[in-house]
Amino acid sequence: MATKKKSNTLKLKFDTAWPYAPAPESRSAAQIKDRYELFINGEWQAPLSKKYFGTINPATEEKLSEVAMANAADVDKAVKAARNAYEKTWRKISAKERAKYIFRIARIIQEKARELAIIETLDGGKPIRESRDFDVPTAANHFFYYAGWADKLEYAFLNKKAEPLGVAGQIIPWNFPLLMAAWKIAPALATGNTVVLKPAETTPLTALKLAEIIQEADLPPGVVNILTGAGETGAAIVNHPDINKIAFTGSTDVGKIIQRAVAGTNKRVTLELGGKAANIIFEDAPLDQAVEGVINGIFFNQGHVCCAGSRLYVQESVAKQVIRKLKDRMESLIVGDPLDKNTDIGAINSKQQLATINKYLQIGRSEGAEMYESACKLPNKGFWCRPTIFTNVAQSNRIAQEEIFGPVLSILTFRTDDEVIEKANNSPYGLSAGVWTDKGSKIFNMTKRMRAGVIWANTFNKFDPTSPFGGYKESGFGREGGLHGLLPYVELKNI
Amino acid sequence: MTGKGPQTTLPDFSISPRIDQVGVEERASRFTKRSIKNETKMNGLKLVLNMIDLTTLEGKDTAGKVKQLCYKAMHPHDAVPGIPTVAAVCVYPSMVSIAKKALEGSGIKVASVATAFPSGQASRAIKIADVKYAVQQGADEVDMVISRGKFHEGEYNFVFDEIAAVKEACGEARLKVILETGELGTYDKVRRASDIAMYAGADFIKTSTGKIQPAATMPVTLVMLEAIRDFYYKTGKMIGMKPAGGISKSKLALHYLVMVKEVLGDDWLNNHWFRFGASSLANDVLMQIVRAKTGLYQSANYFSAD
Repeated sequence: MATKKKSNTLKLKFDTAWPYAPAPESRSAAQIKDRYELFINGEWQAPLSKKYFGTINPATEEKLSEVAMANAADVDKAVKAARNAYEKTWRKISAKERAKYIFRIARIIQEKARELAIIETLDGGKPIRESRDFDVPTAANHFFYYAGWADKLEYAFLNKKAEPLGVAGQIIPWNFPLLMAAWKIAPALATGNTVVLKPAETTPLTALKLAEIIQEADLPPGVVNILTGAGETGAAIVNHPDINKIAFTGSTDVGKIIQRAVAGTNKRVTLELGGKAANIIFEDAPLDQAVEGVINGIFFNQGHVCCAGSRLYVQESVAKQVIRKLKDRMESLIVGDPLDKNTDIGAINSKQQLATINKYLQIGRSEGAEMYESACKLPNKGFWCRPTIFTNVAQSNRIAQEEIFGPVLSILTFRTDDEVIEKANNSPYGLSAGVWTDKGSKIFNMTKRMRAGVIWANTFNKFDPTSPFGGYKESGFGREGGLHGLLPYVELKNI
Repeated sequence: MTGKGPQTTLPDFSISPRIDQVGVEERASRFTKRSIKNETKMNGLKLVLNMIDLTTLEGKDTAGKVKQLCYKAMHPHDAVPGIPTVAAVCVYPSMVSIAKKALEGSGIKVASVATAFPSGQASRAIKIADVKYAVQQGADEVDMVISRGKFHEGEYNFVFDEIAAVKEACGEARLKVILETGELGTYDKVRRASDIAMYAGADFIKTSTGKIQPAATMPVTLVMLEAIRDFYYKTGKMIGMKPAGGISKSKLALHYLVMVKEVLGDDWLNNHWFRFGASSLANDVLMQIVRAKTGLYQSANYFSAD
C-alpha cells in the first residue's frame, strides 16, 4: 500500500467502502387525513371560500393532503371566535389555569413526538434527524417554558401589572412549521391573549396536527384558531380591524408590506425577517470545530434558516486550510430521502424556493466566484440542491449581500479585526452572527461591536426557549423567546 | 521510514491547533446518530472483529493463558463459517515468543507493549532495551508509552526524542505510540501529544494503556483522527489509529467505524490503519454476528471466554 504521496494531490476518499444501508423511518406511524378544514372556535369548519389546495412532499412531489383556503370571511369568523374566547374565558380564568392548558399542550406534543416529526419531514422536506431531535422537542420545550411564566408575570415585570393585548394574528414561515407555531402561540397564551394563526402555504400539516392537540388538551373554544391559506389569507389577518397584535416571521419584503399595512392603526407588531449572518473564523480558532460549526450554520435545514451563517469570513492565513476541511466535510454529508435516519440534508422546501436558489447559483458564477458542490447523487424526483460553497467572493457580490435561503455558502477572506467587523456589519440585515477564536478577549471585543440580535461564540445555531431571538436593522424587531418574548404580548400598567 | 528522519520542518508543538471541548464532544456524539442496519451492520461487525488487537496484559499472564488467547485469535467462533480472525495479539515482551509460535502462519500479528509499560517511568536505556528485547523475540508491532510526566513539564523535545529513539530500536516493527490520554487532561494536550508522536515517527497513535480511566473515548479519538488527517495533508504520510480500553460493545465499536469513515475516509477502514485495543469486545461482536445470522441471541456461554 502506498503510504506516501505528493501532498498537493492528496485527497481523502469518502464514497466507496462500507456504505450505509437505507434506514427509513416508518411512514405508517403518522396519520394524515385526506382533507383538513379550518380550525375555528375549537372545531373543524369548512371554509366559507369553499376552496382547498394541495400540500405535497417536496422530496417526491406526491400529494399528501389538501387543506382549506381561508378567505377574508373565514378570517373574520376566526377573529370573532378569538375575541369571544378572550372576553368570555381566557382573560378571566386564573393564570394558573392558563398554565395548566399550556403544560398539557407541551406534554401531548411529547407524546406524539414521533408522528409530528414524520409529518414535519414529509411536508417540509427536512431530514427526520432534525425534526426528531430539534424541531419537535424544541417546540415542546417552548410550551413548557411559557407555561411556567403564565402565573409568574408579576416577577417578569416587577412592580407593574402585565395585561394581555387581546387577539393576536400570527403568520409563520415554512422552514420550522411546528416550532414557529410554538414560538408564537406559547407566549401569547401564557400572557392571556387569544390567537389566530396561519401556517405557511407549503407546510400546513403540523400546525393542523397542533390544532388536534389543542382540541385534545381541551382548550376553551376559540382560544387558538388555525387557518390555512396563502398570501391573501395572511393579508386578511394583517388588515383585520379587530386584531390587536401582529406577529410575523418570514421574508423582509413581506415584513415591509405588513409594516405599511399596520401604520396608523393601533396594532402592535413584531417582525422576525431575513438574515445574512457573518460567521467569522480567526486564525487562532479551533479550526475543526469551527468547520463543523460552519457546516451546521449553513446546511442545517437545507439552509432554510433565517439566522443561517451564510457569509463566512476566514482570516487569510488559514483560508486554504479551512476551505479544504470544509470540502472534506461536505463529502461526508448525506443528501437524500428525508425520512432516512442517516440523511443530513433533505429536500428543498418547494419548487419556487429551488428556482430562487438556482438563480443565485447562476448569479454567483457569473459574478466570477468559484463554485464547489459536493459530489453526492441526487434523487430524480423532488426538489434538490447539493451543498454548495462559493470561494473568491467579494463583498460587492450579490451572493455576499442577499439572502439565498438555501444550502449555499459564500466565503470571503479578511486580514484584521477592524476589517472584518466593518465587513460583517456592512449588510442591511442583522439577525445573527458567529465568532470563532480561542481568545476570550477577542470574543468580547467582536460581540460588542457586531450589530446582530444573536451572536454565537465558538458555536452556531443554538436555540433555547430561555434565550431571546430577534434582529437588528432589516432583520426585524421584537424578541421571541425568554422573558423578552413575553413583552410583545402585554400592556404594562403602573398601579 | 527508518533512518530517514522526520519528513518536513518540525512545527512548534506548543502551538498545535486548539480544540474546543464543547464542539468536539458535540461532533463525536453526532457519529452515534448514524443508523447501521442489515448488510452494513454485518460487514461492520466483521470489520470490527478483524481490527481487534486481542489483548492480555496482566501480571498473572502465563504461557498457557497466552496460547489459549492465540487460538481464540485464529478461531474466534468456528461454529459459524466465514468469521474473520482478529488483527493481532497484544502481550507483554516476556510472552512475545510464545505468541509468535502459537500464531505462526496465521497472518495474525504479534504486538508487544514495551518501554516500561504502563507507567513509562524508567530510564531511556531500559526502555530501549525493553523494545529491542520485544523485537528480537519476534514482535511485529511495538506499543510504547510516552513519558507523560515530561510532557506535563513541557519537555516536548524529550518526549519527541524518546519516541524517535524507540522508533529506531523498533527496526522493521511498526510502532504504536500510546499517549495515555486519560492522564493528559485536556483535548488541547491530546492534540499536541498526537502531533509530537507523528512527527517523531509513530506508525500508529493509540489512546490508552487500558490501565487508566478514562481510557479511549469518542471525542479523544476524534481529536487524534483529525490530527492524523492534518498530518497526512502536510506530509503525505498515513498514520494508523488505535483506540484502546473501554470499548467492549459492538454498537460502540460501530460508532467508531462511522467516525473513521467520515473523518479519514475509505483508506483507513482496514486493520492496517485502524485497530481496537480490546479484550471483551470480540465476544460481543461474535454474539451480534450470530444474532444477525440467526435472529437469536445466544447466551454468553456459547462464546469462548478467552
